[in-house]
Amino acid sequence: MIDWAWVADHLDELAFRTLQHLYLTAIAVVAGFIISFGLAVWSVRRRAVYPPIAGFAGILYTIPSLAMFAALVPVTGLRSIVTAEVPLIAYTLLIFTRNIVSGFDAVPREVLEAADGMGYTSRRRLLQVELPLAIPLVIAGIRLATVSTIGLVTITGILGDGLGGLGFFIFEAYRRSFLTETLVGAVPLMILAVVADLILVRLQRRLTPWNRPTRAADDPTIAMAP
Amino acid sequence: MELFSEVAAWLTDPTNWSGSGGIPTRLLEHLAVSLASLLLAVAIALPIGLFVGHTRRGASVAVNLANLGRALPTLALITIFLPVTVLIDPQLGFKVYPTLLALVVLGLPPILVNTYVGISGVEADLVEAGRGMGMREVEILRRVEVPVAIPVIAGGIRSAASQIVATATLGAIFGGVGLGRYLVEGIAQNDNGMIFGGVTLVAALSLATEFVFALIQRRITSPGIAQSVLAWPASRQPGRPSGAEFHT
Repeated sequence: MIDWAWVADHLDELAFRTLQHLYLTAIAVVAGFIISFGLAVWSVRRRAVYPPIAGFAGILYTIPSLAMFAALVPVTGLRSIVTAEVPLIAYTLLIFTRNIVSGFDAVPREVLEAADGMGYTSRRRLLQVELPLAIPLVIAGIRLATVSTIGLVTITGILGDGLGGLGFFIFEAYRRSFLTETLVGAVPLMILAVVADLILVRLQRRLTPWNRPTRAADDPTIAMAP
Repeated sequence: MELFSEVAAWLTDPTNWSGSGGIPTRLLEHLAVSLASLLLAVAIALPIGLFVGHTRRGASVAVNLANLGRALPTLALITIFLPVTVLIDPQLGFKVYPTLLALVVLGLPPILVNTYVGISGVEADLVEAGRGMGMREVEILRRVEVPVAIPVIAGGIRSAASQIVATATLGAIFGGVGLGRYLVEGIAQNDNGMIFGGVTLVAALSLATEFVFALIQRRITSPGIAQSVLAWPASRQPGRPSGAEFHT
């Protein structure tokens, strides 16, 4: 049922596509994080800007991925990495801004007052007090955004053979009705998503040893959907 | 501006409003697949969430499975289901079942997690009071825990619904039905009117789904509960998620 000879012949291609999948994901997550971090800090300082930012990110998030890729094709071109990355970045904005702002909001008021009382400048307070305390929710956001983006990178395969990461195999397999190739794309893809998730959970626990969830319900990453 | 008139022309072309590839048919297909997936996901995840939330048994297994489920990309699931379902039914097993099943998997985690978190978050005093009044366990669940947790549970179903409706477009990539066909065919034929017409329809349907489910969520929450929910600490507020929803 599975053509192992074909798999053995295509290990180079598999390595290349896995790497491509990882860098397409990394670009989106890093760029999305930088943009969102700026927006979140601005929102925390000036509360009035948060509702419009969250609303806009929410609307972007509601647009299905295939629709957003399709909408960009006439603007930025079919075989363009820009067409692939813009939607990927756009989807991370809601996850990141929401989690970073909630992270800062979760810092107790007394802690902020103590820092002010000790004469911290607002920049020092942000970096040395607020950021470390916001880390559980920030990492939870990175985890959600990374896993989500790994799934979405697959869909960029519709933009041509030069993109798609592991999704390339899935699209080509469909054109050729070739089950082995489907699995060569789909199985590593699922392993990649699950492993990325597990690594980020580890990182989250490592960075916040004081915040071991005692009950599953206290785990910030399973926080509820709206 | 040219694009705008192309889209307007496509959306108002009467030939696009009739026949098996027409907008009403595609819309109905999209809604039917989405609704069937949502109902199946509720039928599976809700009882498990209620059981785990009430008894606290198997909580970490359920939450870990839900997290694992969220990491599975829908497109990969569709292609994995396809060769299996096509053996069962060459017609629907090709066009409908793979997408339907993948969307069920997509819908399970938010419903399961929200139901569990909602039920297990009900104050112990309330449950004790119910027990003191002589209620049986099932009665406590039905008359105390569920009414208090309903905004959170409904939030999970709403999140699942909007993810399912948005992601149902993906089925079209692999020969499936629904509004996604306009996006796939539009890209293939380089037809901007069709692409943006399809984008408009899909975006409108997603927003409408959000709106309808938000309305239902508000309707089925009793006014007293809606008020007390606002008194929850920020991290546990159903309206303030740290984001358990996403489409893959």
